[in-house]
Amino acid sequence: MSLTAAADPMLPEPFGILRKRRELSDTFTLELEPLGGHRKFAFRPGQFNMLYVFGVGEIPISISGDPDDDGPLVHTIRAVGTVSDALRTMEPGGAVGVRGPFGSAWPVESAEGRDVVLVTGGVGLAPMRPVIYHVLTNRQRYGKVVILYGARTPEDVLFRKQLEQWRSRFDLFVDVSVDRATGRWRGRVGVVTKLIERAGFDPHDAVAFVCGPEVMMRFSVQALNERGVADERIYLSMERNMKCAVGFCGHCQFGGQFVCKDGPVFRFDAIRDIFSVWEV
Amino acid sequence: MSERAVPTNIRMIDRDGLDALIRDLVGQGRRVIGPALRDGALVTGPVASVDDLPAGVIDHQEAGGYHLDTHGNGALFHNVVGPHTWKRYLYPPVRTLWSARRAAGGLEVMADDAPVPRYAFLGVRGCDLAALRVLDRVLRDDAFADPYYSASRDALFVVAVNCTRPGGTCFCASMGCGPRVGEGFDLALTELPCEDRHVFLVEAGSEAGTALLAGLPSEPADRAALAAAEARLAEAAESMGREMIPDVAQVLRDGLNSPHWATVAERCLGCANCTLVCPTCFCSTVEDVTDLSGAEARRERRWDSCFTLDFSYIHGGHIRRGGDARYRQWITHKLAHWHDQFGTSGCTGCGRCITWCPVGIDITEEAKAIKNREGRA
Repeated sequence: MSLTAAADPMLPEPFGILRKRRELSDTFTLELEPLGGHRKFAFRPGQFNMLYVFGVGEIPISISGDPDDDGPLVHTIRAVGTVSDALRTMEPGGAVGVRGPFGSAWPVESAEGRDVVLVTGGVGLAPMRPVIYHVLTNRQRYGKVVILYGARTPEDVLFRKQLEQWRSRFDLFVDVSVDRATGRWRGRVGVVTKLIERAGFDPHDAVAFVCGPEVMMRFSVQALNERGVADERIYLSMERNMKCAVGFCGHCQFGGQFVCKDGPVFRFDAIRDIFSVWEV
Repeated sequence: MSERAVPTNIRMIDRDGLDALIRDLVGQGRRVIGPALRDGALVTGPVASVDDLPAGVIDHQEAGGYHLDTHGNGALFHNVVGPHTWKRYLYPPVRTLWSARRAAGGLEVMADDAPVPRYAFLGVRGCDLAALRVLDRVLRDDAFADPYYSASRDALFVVAVNCTRPGGTCFCASMGCGPRVGEGFDLALTELPCEDRHVFLVEAGSEAGTALLAGLPSEPADRAALAAAEARLAEAAESMGREMIPDVAQVLRDGLNSPHWATVAERCLGCANCTLVCPTCFCSTVEDVTDLSGAEARRERRWDSCFTLDFSYIHGGHIRRGGDARYRQWITHKLAHWHDQFGTSGCTGCGRCITWCPVGIDITEEAKAIKNREGRA
């Protein structure tokens, strides 16, 4: 008896880097395609892959591309550790290992017919971009669509050109704030949660998707609650250490949940009890 | 008992019969693993005949303490579990998952296609058989299956042993896992070392077990032996010195903010012994091992522990910085959140974490302490 490769969820598939784009000083986007030849990489908005760098290691990275597009697999990555630093040094023609897609998705279907509020911070805009693409492709299915984004400084605003394009549309409300203004920034200054107070949406019928640092999500939920958005209509994308993405390694446990397979996207009322507990 | 008919699936064998059993399993091409004496502890190791089994060894276990003694009657199983668990064979402490090499224009990933061993485990106690059922839920029967665990588990032959002498830190009776073994065995032994004759009752629990038992030199189990076994098992259940509080899952869910975690943390060394000796702890990490030329890499999976600081690291810091948060993670996962994740407790009452804790932290006592402290708060 021996193990069959196809059944092993820990086995990565080699992908080649087609293109690489610098987004910010520490953030970049990779477009990947299977080395075996082009194939549409099916995923749902909010899902992630495990990206492997030869001899270095493997990390979970959300997919930042368009779920309805047949093109390459797109990941936007901030270099914050050994593997993401190694990914930053890679160039087109190089190869990485890919396992996935894994995890739960933003419930874009059940949000149909409602106002959609996206609250994002920092590189948290990357896992939300597939939602934005999907909503724009199916714009008539949604009510008001609000994108609220916060970055540390104007130089840290991710997908800046796209945000400007989206802001210029009449069927989207886009508001951006920075923690600290520099240079010629004439936009809003302050935490992203402040944007929730003044955004135009119907709090009693809106669905909110929140992705960013945990502390930002904490205050976002508070601000959404204060506007009248119920916990059952708030979704968060959680982050924990992950080694396997399939529930074997135990690292990503968050109370009774595995962030890798029960999350990363959780309906807030499912994690409300543990979200406020220290060091879970 | 004596009024009922003698069950037909229970036979009686002697020491020679047990020897024949072991040799038959070896003859099937199985790696037979059973109790072994090493470094003053009962561990597990290869067994080729009944003479390889430590005879007349009894263990004394207490919180933070373990030593062996000898017993004149030559019994083989008048002891309980040691620091080894069966998971080390089905979910090895270090295993290469796959290897990779740089190739022209990319990367080549090679699956591990080494044959999976066909094991027979001899001497699996009720707690440890329950632990295998728990690991089945985690590693084989959930959304994803670990192929190595699944294949070696499916090929496994289990010779279980009913415990007639509980150890000093056992609490399986309160977890519903022992001292009589539950389901999932091929054969189950109950040792009866009487003055005149040293015999084992053998119960078949599967077709493979029935077939093997049919080929052994055995005799029908007599009523006296069956009654003696029942009496010993009842006495073992009664004489267990520890028990888990029945409402532990709710106590821990309600106690996440208890001040008691800081009290445990004052004693806990964060050494991870409890997780390494636990028969169900499955947490692991992965690591790349590269050759000197840098052309080849192996992806290794190693047992990991939620007691290490690095376990919860994400960019920006460690989630569980304090020993209090780490002990809380371990015990609440084991006894409360495991139910949410896998529909079963992660604890089977084997007592290893109590025995092998260098400072003698007792999971049953800590659960009680959380309950009592919560009650007063």
